[in-house]
Amino acid sequence: MKHLTEYRDPELAKKVLHEIEKITTKPWKIMEICGGQTHSLVKNGILTVLPKNITMLHGPGCPVCVTPLHLIDKAIYLAVEKKVILCSFGDMLRVPGSKKSLLEAKAEGADVRILYSPTEAVNIAKENPDKEVVFFAVGFETTAPANALSVLHAEKLGLKNYSILNSHVLVPPAISALMEDPESTIDGFLAAGHVCSIMGYWEYYPLVEKYKIPIVVTGFEPLDILQGIYATVKQLEEGRAEVDNQYARMVKEEGNTSAQGIINQVYEVSDQMWRGIGTIPESGLVLRKEYENYDANLKFKIDIEKAPENAECIAGSIMKGIKKPYECVHFGKMCNPQNPLGAPMVSSEGACAAYYNFSKFKEIV
Amino acid sequence: MQCPMPKIDFDIITLAHGSGGLLTNKLLEYGVFDLLKNEELDKHHDGATLELNGKIAFSTDSFVISPVFFPGGDIGELAINGTVNDIAMCGAIPQYLSLSFILEEGLSMQEFWNILVSIKFAAEKSGVKIVTGDTKVVDKGKGDKIFINTTGIGKMHPKANISLQNIKAGDQIIVSDQIATHGIAILSVRQGLEFETTIESDTRNLNDMTLKLLDEFGDKIKLFRDPTRGGVAATLNEIARDANLGIELLESKIPVDVQVKAACEILGLDPLYTANEGVFMAIVAPEIADNVVSILHQFEEAQYASIIGEVVGEHNGQVLINNAMGGKRVVHMPIGEQLPRIC
Repeated sequence: MKHLTEYRDPELAKKVLHEIEKITTKPWKIMEICGGQTHSLVKNGILTVLPKNITMLHGPGCPVCVTPLHLIDKAIYLAVEKKVILCSFGDMLRVPGSKKSLLEAKAEGADVRILYSPTEAVNIAKENPDKEVVFFAVGFETTAPANALSVLHAEKLGLKNYSILNSHVLVPPAISALMEDPESTIDGFLAAGHVCSIMGYWEYYPLVEKYKIPIVVTGFEPLDILQGIYATVKQLEEGRAEVDNQYARMVKEEGNTSAQGIINQVYEVSDQMWRGIGTIPESGLVLRKEYENYDANLKFKIDIEKAPENAECIAGSIMKGIKKPYECVHFGKMCNPQNPLGAPMVSSEGACAAYYNFSKFKEIV
Repeated sequence: MQCPMPKIDFDIITLAHGSGGLLTNKLLEYGVFDLLKNEELDKHHDGATLELNGKIAFSTDSFVISPVFFPGGDIGELAINGTVNDIAMCGAIPQYLSLSFILEEGLSMQEFWNILVSIKFAAEKSGVKIVTGDTKVVDKGKGDKIFINTTGIGKMHPKANISLQNIKAGDQIIVSDQIATHGIAILSVRQGLEFETTIESDTRNLNDMTLKLLDEFGDKIKLFRDPTRGGVAATLNEIARDANLGIELLESKIPVDVQVKAACEILGLDPLYTANEGVFMAIVAPEIADNVVSILHQFEEAQYASIIGEVVGEHNGQVLINNAMGGKRVVHMPIGEQLPRIC
């Protein structure tokens, strides 16, 4: 806890803010990749104290938001029709599928359980040998090792009733896709500290080289984010484009190599559909052939119709930093947390939820 | 605090214990009546007849908590304290409670007994008498071990004038103790989210403290509220909405236990939205605020009492929080239960 108060020290934060103001001479647009950072920015009121010519764009790093609609429908199908014990991280539950959310399915009697760790789902499978247990394994590189580990645990225990419904996405290909988008106005990135604690930051060298943009690995506390912004602006003002590491207390260049080993043992890279954004080449992880027995998609031969996305939702533009949540005509009106049009309104890392929950009124945005 | 369990024929609750017949009678006689005895309950009548004069406060609450036993308490204690505190929040002196059980077939007699013992001690501590009640048993699978309803009556404190209408801009908002402790204690033992901690629920009666404050300050106390479900955020949003005034909080003044704060960080929960049981909020005239805090500090259960913000005449209906960095954000009305995040 000492670390929490340290990285929230208001006096230090004011100093860093002052430093940012001192070095900023031009308008810059900086994207924080991770939804956790978006929430920290809004929740701590950082957007209200940053210099006016620094614009923060909120990136696609909300695992819940980019999980395809079709996959949510599949999870609901497994819970309702196949009567599996469907285990999920908490913030997947309110995300709207094409007809309902997992929370509504639960209210209708489906066995949907909220877990904090995927390995707990393996315990549930062990305790319920007569039931099928499916873990809804979504996330970025951060959750991939734990999800992969659950498969290895199930294998070790010889469990035949455990599988995962998988939707894993990767950050570096998303950065490429964002930079290739003709509408992109991004000048620099705050890379997601937790992702980098697993993967390191060696993956970002080719990106700064190719797109001439600074990428600063950044943590989640107010001081982390302010320092990340400072380091990015400094590079931009000095005309540099390098990989920098603000989150050195957690992140090493090579990352956590044993976690990477587990990911590589269980998963392989594949093209991946990102909800609201589209398919990005080589931007996802799928189970390797050796572990396909743990793939819920194959196990249950799920064949349900692909429902169209809600055309009213501009989640894609928001996650690409092209639009702000309050620029959506439905924000806070037709779309709200009780009746969301898209996932960013209900995910704990969604940009729309951050603006709705913490700064509903534009004057303090 | 323990009472030996009397010899009851069955080890578990059966449907027959709710039938109204011999087993119901035995359960009541050797269990409930004996343990909770007082002159009203001893009459074994269909209802209680009470002597009440003047204005009274009247409140009811149902308790369906899972798990039934949790770190720092159980459903029995909670059921007494919950209604006692609702009456106390009205500015009244809690006096009489009703107590109704819906038991699930198969509940162990020992667990039921332990809950009854908790009820006995909680009632004694808060100075209320249980004067009437009911017991029903439902089929296995139709309940969650035990549901309890309590309804309470209390005489209004002669100096109390608790009303939203009395709140004005400038009034100070006080919390009596560290927030979010109960919610996190419960979560730490929920299946799938278990984590090792020594955090215990703070369930307790609050009437000693509220009555002392009313004795001292009378109508300068504008409002009492206990921020149970939905936490401090929901309660303050209700107050701001119903009083049509704004509320500004100071983040640095809101007391949260270090372990609770850490658990909230890990799980992605906000202490402001997390449930409390042993904490109340008071909105008081500015001139007495510091004295209210000093008096609360004399109670063991209110060591962390603090002024956390004030009522303002702007952004009516809205709760804002200021952090020490100068940043500001809206504290929104919670939508539903908080859900732990992915990473």
